[in-house]
Amino acid sequence: MNDKPAFTLSRRGALVGGAAAAAAGAVPIDAGAAPAQPAPPAVPVRFTVNGKARALELDPRVTLLDALREHLELTGSKKGCDHGQCGACTVMVEGKRINSCLTLAVMHDGDDITTIEGLGRPGDLHPMQAAFVKHDGFQCGYCTPGQIMSSIAVLEEIKDGVPSYVTADVAGKPALTGEELRERMSGNICRCAAYSNIIAAIADVAGAKDVA
Amino acid sequence: MKPFTYERAASPAAAAAAVARTPGAKFVAGGTNLLDLMKLQIETPRHLVDVNRLGLDTIEPTAEGGLRVGALVRNTALAADPRVRRDYGVLSRALVSGASGQLRNKATTAGNLLQRTRCPYFYDTNQPCNKRQPGSGCAAIGGFNRNLAILGTSKDCIATHPSDMAVAMRALDATVETVMPNGQARRIAIADFHRLPGGTPWVETALVAGEMITAVTLPAPVGGTHIYRKVRDRSSYAFATISVAAVLRPTTGTARFAFGGLAHKPWRVEAAETRVDGGAKAIAAAALAGAQTTDQNAFKVPLVERTLASVLAEGAAA
Repeated sequence: MNDKPAFTLSRRGALVGGAAAAAAGAVPIDAGAAPAQPAPPAVPVRFTVNGKARALELDPRVTLLDALREHLELTGSKKGCDHGQCGACTVMVEGKRINSCLTLAVMHDGDDITTIEGLGRPGDLHPMQAAFVKHDGFQCGYCTPGQIMSSIAVLEEIKDGVPSYVTADVAGKPALTGEELRERMSGNICRCAAYSNIIAAIADVAGAKDVA
Repeated sequence: MKPFTYERAASPAAAAAAVARTPGAKFVAGGTNLLDLMKLQIETPRHLVDVNRLGLDTIEPTAEGGLRVGALVRNTALAADPRVRRDYGVLSRALVSGASGQLRNKATTAGNLLQRTRCPYFYDTNQPCNKRQPGSGCAAIGGFNRNLAILGTSKDCIATHPSDMAVAMRALDATVETVMPNGQARRIAIADFHRLPGGTPWVETALVAGEMITAVTLPAPVGGTHIYRKVRDRSSYAFATISVAAVLRPTTGTARFAFGGLAHKPWRVEAAETRVDGGAKAIAAAALAGAQTTDQNAFKVPLVERTLASVLAEGAAA
């Protein structure tokens, strides 16, 4: 089942259509040039997204991020850099946070995926979503879905004893400090620099006092 | 990305055979480096063999008292393993000094070893680069080379290897286990795994076409104080300018040092480890013998010495 968009015309659709029309009318500069390589055969993939079973047939080039955004219309996960540098695309796969832009959707057959849409909804927010609102942990909001997914994962990782570069004793239990939270959140960039309020939101959810 | 076909391998040997027989084929594991490079069309595989579901994601004790780390063990899982945190702290520390939490959850042990360089000219497809386009030249020599190699360089390449994990594995004398396309297994000492650039900088490892890493083994624990100190332009989520992996055993007066950010491979000079009594200056002088620097990266020489001094001080206080 390939979910089709419910709408028929959008600004994006008009732009894509326009570009295709322009390309069709273009005369090849070099008539001897090799034709564009045809799209590779589609690969079936089934996974669970936010508790719902999904089945798609995808060009193997489709990243998990594009599958979520363009094929399943889950546009909460954002495309920032598309190179794993900014963290705006962060989702949970099998309970672990990853950059969905740097993995192919077809590599996730059978996986359980959670996006920001799977956490809560207006009126019934996940505690981390509510804390971001309470502490004003964002300005433009573009990085926020990734920040929230990472924040939830960071608290799990500390609870599970995963060390970080600032953990004094890697053999021991990592502490819940501001330094630990900042180090662990370094894969999520906020161009508006709401960092201090993001840390305050995470600390609030963790019940950590005096985190600075 | 250029079009490619995709298959899920049924076994390590089948994966190796598939990559060996299919033109332009590559393995994909975590994909965090490969997909980045494919989007930039620096890597343009025509076929990908997915090795994620082959059961190579466990860490098992070896008969020799060490650990066998499956090729597909994620960087986070390796860094967080209680045995690694207790007995191979330098490896755990090196792993968590690299990349971000998200990337470490996806990146694999084998993929980390096979990372391509972060030399800016390798990434800039408008520039010559002998790694990307053999024979095109090296724009880094005479270009912006502040963060590039000072040891083991050639007239064709001054790239560094970007891994932190591999530097710690070099200090621990790890061994890379592989399967060849004909199904035979092979063991390669980490010291011999990465190559210096020489006249063929595009040949980066000892692996032959289709040969697949199945595991990395760590010898029995060596004890001592384990330190990984990384110096970089940001305090988190940046590649090393230089790094030092150290195992200090003051009771026996012995130590091991491996360095990142200096060469095309993790850099270790065993002769330097006999100079511990001479302090950071003597160790650095022996480890960096033959260094060839540029105006921009000459600072790495004193930086290594000062970082070693800091590491030795930390070891003495431990």
